[in-house]
Amino acid sequence: MNHVLWLIPALPLAGFLALVVGGRVLGEPRSGWLATAAVGGSFAVVAATFIDMLSKDAEARTLHQTLFTWIPAGTFKVSMGFLADPLSITMCLFITGVGTLIHLYSIGYMHGDEKFPKFFTYLNLFVFSMLMLVLGDNLLLTFLGWEGVGACSYFLIAFWHTDPANASAGKKAFVTNRVGDWGFMVGTFLMWTAVGSINYLDIANAAHTGDIVGVTATALVVLFLVAATGKSAQIPLFVWLPDAMAGPTPVSALIHAATMVTSGIYLLVRLSPVLHVASPWALTLIAWVGAITALTAATIAISQTDIKKVLAYSTVSQLGFLFIAVGTGNYVAAIFHMVTHAFFKALMFLGSGSVILGMGHEQDMRRYGNLRKYMPITAGTFIIGWLAIAGVPPFSGFWSKDEILAGAWGQGTLSGKLLWAVALVTALLTAFYMSRQVFLTFFGPEKWRAAETHGDVHAEELAEGEAVEADAHAADHGHDDHGDDHHGSHLTPDHTPKESPWTMTLPLVALAGLAMVGGVINLPFTHSTKLLEQWLEPVIGTHELGVEGPNLIALAVVATLVAVGGIALAVLVYVRRMFDADKIELDVFAKGWYIDSSIAKFMGGPGRKAFDAITWFDKTIIDGAVNGVAGIISSSSGELSRTQTGRVRNYAIGIASGAIVVLVYVIVRMSS
Amino acid sequence: MISPSFFLAVGAVLFGIGAAGLLIRRNPLVMFMCIELMLNAVNLTFVAFANKLNDVGGQVVVFFVLVVAAAEVVVGLGIIVAIMRRRPGADADDLSLMKG
Repeated sequence: MNHVLWLIPALPLAGFLALVVGGRVLGEPRSGWLATAAVGGSFAVVAATFIDMLSKDAEARTLHQTLFTWIPAGTFKVSMGFLADPLSITMCLFITGVGTLIHLYSIGYMHGDEKFPKFFTYLNLFVFSMLMLVLGDNLLLTFLGWEGVGACSYFLIAFWHTDPANASAGKKAFVTNRVGDWGFMVGTFLMWTAVGSINYLDIANAAHTGDIVGVTATALVVLFLVAATGKSAQIPLFVWLPDAMAGPTPVSALIHAATMVTSGIYLLVRLSPVLHVASPWALTLIAWVGAITALTAATIAISQTDIKKVLAYSTVSQLGFLFIAVGTGNYVAAIFHMVTHAFFKALMFLGSGSVILGMGHEQDMRRYGNLRKYMPITAGTFIIGWLAIAGVPPFSGFWSKDEILAGAWGQGTLSGKLLWAVALVTALLTAFYMSRQVFLTFFGPEKWRAAETHGDVHAEELAEGEAVEADAHAADHGHDDHGDDHHGSHLTPDHTPKESPWTMTLPLVALAGLAMVGGVINLPFTHSTKLLEQWLEPVIGTHELGVEGPNLIALAVVATLVAVGGIALAVLVYVRRMFDADKIELDVFAKGWYIDSSIAKFMGGPGRKAFDAITWFDKTIIDGAVNGVAGIISSSSGELSRTQTGRVRNYAIGIASGAIVVLVYVIVRMSS
Repeated sequence: MISPSFFLAVGAVLFGIGAAGLLIRRNPLVMFMCIELMLNAVNLTFVAFANKLNDVGGQVVVFFVLVVAAAEVVVGLGIIVAIMRRRPGADADDLSLMKG
């Protein structure tokens, strides 16, 4: 099977190239089917590789294929090589699997869009980049994919770029990611200096044999943490992800739930041998970055009114959980939750897309209600996703989240206990805000029927006067084919929502099934049921959870109670109306703790001044020095060139006088 | 037997005449002839020393000088003739196109 590894990224690349050349000719919907087939084919190859790997011994499950040497430069050699081991194949399975479903969904969702073929061109390029990121056998190849997904996310977020808000959201994602890229690049340089290779196998070897000393490893971990916070949207670089909801909803599902945002986690897990060598505070730092992000994002999600923004902050929060898992050395749990999260979050994003389409591009949850009557499949699958993310057993999210919580508790340190507490509070909030979303959207009165609500909502928005809010509502502008309503939606009180076509509901049903039973890949009962842990062991080694038996059950019961408590709380607030919702949906949450606006204010004020000062320094001092030297040489040589008269007799006299001088010198020397 | 210093003296005189002519005259052709005079003065000196020191190396150098002089004449005369055709009566001071 070794020889077909290259096919995995090659198929989406071929799809991309075919669509670049013939996308317009193929048109709708054939270009969509071609793109879906390309990713589906890639999934088939991954599945075949996976089955082939299963039939081998655990030690023989690392396939390495080198196509050619990409950069031969002295001792620095980078090859175009693919590394397929249990870790990267796990990633590939859900990237291509969920990716295929999202492609299929997009055929329905993007129906009628004039840039239909272009959308699929970008999607295929994105999947290709993501697969390169995961399959690359060295840091530079991963960086290639890393930048590829960054560029594609820019294209896709700003897909409806005729609206300036969408275009600036794309730019924001791109620029914010650059900060993380800095960490990646410097980390790669340091890795080469320290190890003399950027190949993952060499890095792992060097870490095991002790060639990477503790200080270097710590620096590497911190640098790659910076990289990961950028891509995986952690504090302080998470601000791009909520804005990225400006893109079409399938993009949100593909990029911001299942694939791109997981690449930071993948990178850290891939470098886990280095993490082992680094000093413990670096790992604690990772865990706390995750914990703080998880809690902050969860509180923000409580007050969001845009259906996709809730999911966006929820994604940031869940990614925080993954960082907690990585920071506590619980890599299996990180990958486990990554997989289940890919299932249920993709499901919910796609479900929200279905709702948005059914509701005439209205994204404000305060104008939804009772949609379960009109969109039964969307509602049913969304409810499964809700139960999964809330952590209700036996849905997939329960098992994976519980393992992260148990791992944090099992560290046995004060920091571990605190992490557990923070994660538990976050889990409570998660259950609460997801329930709020479900109740507002699928239950309760049909709020869009009341015409005057429309005006109220607008008035509130104007009162809030917050750019973030405005962005959210502008999100779907470009898709608006006929209406010239500047808010993008054409939802009228007599609107009757209808269920989406089968290309959209089929992926929903498939993902709902996966979200329901996804937990079976790593059940915590005995060692033999921990399939994922055994599967990943050759790559990331063994890890003791630190909790077992009755304690583990107790922790699971606590987690379940918290999840149910969160849901119950939401029932009291949003169904029974026992408390005033405004008391919970605080303004500070809605504005995202003012993090985004503070950054904007800082960068616009003192930051701008600092950059201006740097520009001045560059222009006057640096450029001045360079230009000054050049100017001095230029003017002095201008003066000197006057001696070159062009008259041959002047030169002759020069030669003659020179000869006389030499002659006199020689005679004087000889006579003395 | 004429003493070698006589030949050296003749060479020095010829060289002096050539150098003076090169510096004083403006006619390119005459300047060119002066250069030839200087070259041959050097040749004479070489031969004289070769004879005196009994070293054939000096005579070998003369052959090289002759060859180089021949090549130089070919190129130089070609240039001078071309200049004279374009600008009849031009002297060396008129030609300053290559000034800095």
